[in-house]
Amino acid sequence: MSTTDISISKDVHHAHEEHDHHHDQNFFEKYIFSQDHKVIAKQFLFAGIFWGFVGGFLSILFRLQLGWPEATFTFLEPILGKWVENGKLDPEFYLALVTMHGTIMVFFVLTAGLSGTFSNFLIPLQIGARDMASGFMNMLSFWIFFLSSIVMFASLFIETGPAGGGWTVYPPLSALPQAISGSGTGMTMWLISMALFIVSQLLGGVNYITTVINLRTKGMSMTKLPLTIWAFFLTAILGLLSFPVLFSAALLLIFDRSFGTSFYLSDIFIAGEALSNTGGSPILFQHLFWFLGHPEVYIVILPTFGIVSEVITTNSRKPIFGYRAMIGSMLGISLLSFVVWAHHMFVTGMNPFLGSVFMFLTLIIAVPSAVKVFNWIATLWRGNIRFTTSMMFAIAFVSLFISGGLTGIILGNSALDIQLHDTYFVIAHFHLVMGAAAFFGMFTGIYHWFPKMFGRMMDEKMGYVHFWLTFLSAYLVFMPMHYIGIAGFPRRYYSWTGFEAFNTFTDMNTFISLAAIMGFTAQFVFLFNFIYSIFKGRRATANPWHSNTLEWTTPVNPGHGNWPGEIPAVYRWPYDYSKPGAAEDYIPQTVPYSQTQSSNLPYEKDLE
Amino acid sequence: MITFAIVLSVILLLVILFLLFRIGTLASIFRGSTKRAIGTTKTSNRVNGTLLLLFLIGGGAAFFWSFADSWDTMNQPLASVHGEWTDSLFWTTMIIIGIVFVITQVLLFFYSYKYQHKDDKRAYYYPHNNKLEIVWTMIPAVVMALLVFAGWKTWTKITSEAPEDAVVVEVMGKQFNWMVRYPGPDGKLGTANYKLIDATNEFGVDFSDKNSMDDFMPREIHVPKGKPVLLKIRSRDVIHSVFLPHFRLKMDAVPGMPTKFWFVPTKTTAEMQNETGNPDFKYELACTEICGRGHFAMRFILVVDEPEDYEAWLATQKPFIQENPDLLAKFSTDSQKQLVVEKKEEKAEEVKTEL
Repeated sequence: MSTTDISISKDVHHAHEEHDHHHDQNFFEKYIFSQDHKVIAKQFLFAGIFWGFVGGFLSILFRLQLGWPEATFTFLEPILGKWVENGKLDPEFYLALVTMHGTIMVFFVLTAGLSGTFSNFLIPLQIGARDMASGFMNMLSFWIFFLSSIVMFASLFIETGPAGGGWTVYPPLSALPQAISGSGTGMTMWLISMALFIVSQLLGGVNYITTVINLRTKGMSMTKLPLTIWAFFLTAILGLLSFPVLFSAALLLIFDRSFGTSFYLSDIFIAGEALSNTGGSPILFQHLFWFLGHPEVYIVILPTFGIVSEVITTNSRKPIFGYRAMIGSMLGISLLSFVVWAHHMFVTGMNPFLGSVFMFLTLIIAVPSAVKVFNWIATLWRGNIRFTTSMMFAIAFVSLFISGGLTGIILGNSALDIQLHDTYFVIAHFHLVMGAAAFFGMFTGIYHWFPKMFGRMMDEKMGYVHFWLTFLSAYLVFMPMHYIGIAGFPRRYYSWTGFEAFNTFTDMNTFISLAAIMGFTAQFVFLFNFIYSIFKGRRATANPWHSNTLEWTTPVNPGHGNWPGEIPAVYRWPYDYSKPGAAEDYIPQTVPYSQTQSSNLPYEKDLE
Repeated sequence: MITFAIVLSVILLLVILFLLFRIGTLASIFRGSTKRAIGTTKTSNRVNGTLLLLFLIGGGAAFFWSFADSWDTMNQPLASVHGEWTDSLFWTTMIIIGIVFVITQVLLFFYSYKYQHKDDKRAYYYPHNNKLEIVWTMIPAVVMALLVFAGWKTWTKITSEAPEDAVVVEVMGKQFNWMVRYPGPDGKLGTANYKLIDATNEFGVDFSDKNSMDDFMPREIHVPKGKPVLLKIRSRDVIHSVFLPHFRLKMDAVPGMPTKFWFVPTKTTAEMQNETGNPDFKYELACTEICGRGHFAMRFILVVDEPEDYEAWLATQKPFIQENPDLLAKFSTDSQKQLVVEKKEEKAEEVKTEL
């Protein structure tokens, strides 16, 4: 193993020397069509932040409607034009808002923005590589994502509106423009954009996997990898296996929409005419969609598992508790994530026996997830915790993950899902466990690796303000939604006042909307801090958090190739914090055991 | 003018905040706290640690208060047999996860507070403990096994075959309302074909089938209390979902794939009006699968009668074809040949329905 590693690092070094010969990169090569993984990571980050604000803004629009169903929103006319008539939001536009909010947040922010940023930035830096296995493919991955972004963004402005059939785009609703105006051009653009998005994800994913397998520096065995890399590695594998299935689902939907096939359509009478399609099954689409859809939620949350583990251990000044159990639980979750998809479909009329099977498999996932939570808490125990902004977000992540994860035990139970399916209980559950939690994981990562990305520190005080406002509003928004969900309020409802059973909780909905507005406003504190700190932040040192991993052995502003000299070799695992007998409370991975005789454990005495 | 004033004051506020921020930064440089590693300064650690503890206590109190306060509103009145099973399983599971919730959240915030940075302290090097890890893997595994078993038993009972004597009601979703059809005295629904749908015959019932002659389509669902009711659910355009919150019942209506759900109502509408103290109480049917513009307005009323009232109501219902005799003409004038072809098609339909 070690021999292959050596030869590979030589190869890469050689490539780097080649680079040294022509330093005269122009502006485009350096910042726009760059093949440097760090620049690409930043491009993904900026795109992700942009999309985050767009997605957040859409949610504020529909929260206005839900919080004040009787109010007139004439002040929105300048922005929304025809979608507001006499101060009333158009019901189809409302559906388009929730659809685009979901699509943007799940795919563009929490998949591309999160994995794209941190996998790109950290994989080469933490495994000790000059760059990704293929810088060119990496660049393509971003620019195809950019193209997909443009298509999706443009669809917001067309006359018939963007896709409006929910982010899950179930046919026949999404297949028939007669059913909802968003299923016209808007849906076509949605499908084109998603197809491009999937191509981008696959290009990225292949690269991440190859890089992790082949380009680890000398001594960096799989069991010396930081948990972040394990998380990104497994995320990429999940994406590679599941995104093609979404691609095929989308392709068949395109056929149904444009070429008259009947994969998903059967026995439909709509807009005064009977369609000729027979023999298709809408349930087939749901199976294909959720075969991606469920791994997708782990694609969103796994990278943050890694990021949070890394930040908690660094700032607790303690080794992560149960390193191997953490890897094992991530492997378990990844594997199980492929065999639980039908728990989204308990009440679709699927065979009840399948429901039992999927309930059983779903509830197993609770076990590795519980192990992770216990291990994080055990890592905090008897630590010497530094409350950096990043650490605050990491602690809050664990809290949100617990709150949202536990209700998954209820929803995974098919008997209980009958009443709760498609109600606000589900909304509360997944927003806490993969929405808010993943966002908190992303903020954890941004605050923690900002110094390495931009060579400057983000302002901690402003970070705390951002953190506390965001944390408070996350709970104030999503906790009360459980009550509304237990009362059975269906999701994607423009208004509930038509039903006597749902004519309650109006004050609660106003309260939730206010909290949501507070949370969204707080993000501008972050935006200011982020932009200000890029240019004017305090200058960072090479290793400001006193961390062990390899990226902190690079210069403050690592150039193309990451390390100016030779790539450092690795001798130990990344979590030797507060080792008894060591001079400092951290020992970087690059320090050989021979230099730390005083702190070596008995079995480490003879190691290099 | 007012807009201008608001914009101006917001800008002023931002400027003031920015100045405060600059002053704060400069002051911290002056104090020398910037020389220390971030997260090791005493004040910010103490403030954040205390806030975390306050969040635990304050947030926990607010949660329990709001939960208790919303208790009556969040519990919809219950009116079905299987609803009792799922409600009790729901609250049992809630108690179990509630215990885990409290323990883990308390430990998380309390440890964060207790083990905040101190200059003279060093963290405890504690990389793993296999015994502990096995214990806390096994405990959730066992609890999950119990929950799976309870859920599986309830689910199997709920989804079992409907009793033979169940009252059959066909519920069809369309954009944007529900329609229902009863089989009439013969207890058999006539076959239907979506190609036969027109403005009058919205179900597409094939009136050349003699089973359809007594089918009737009322404006409300009526079901007898204490008797099993089987809903045969379908859709004629996009996916809808039948949701009867008071009966803890939900099942998608899928075009081209009939679904079903059976339940036993336990309280009549009148009894529920007494119980809730609301003389206008009605059982409602809502749509829970996004289906377009009118998704939020697909309301339909279900009435639970005493069995004798139900029989009386049945007696007043007239078959659909008697009310719309013109329709029959369309079916009888069809050429014999075409009828044979259609019959064949419907045979195939029927087989699919059976599955």
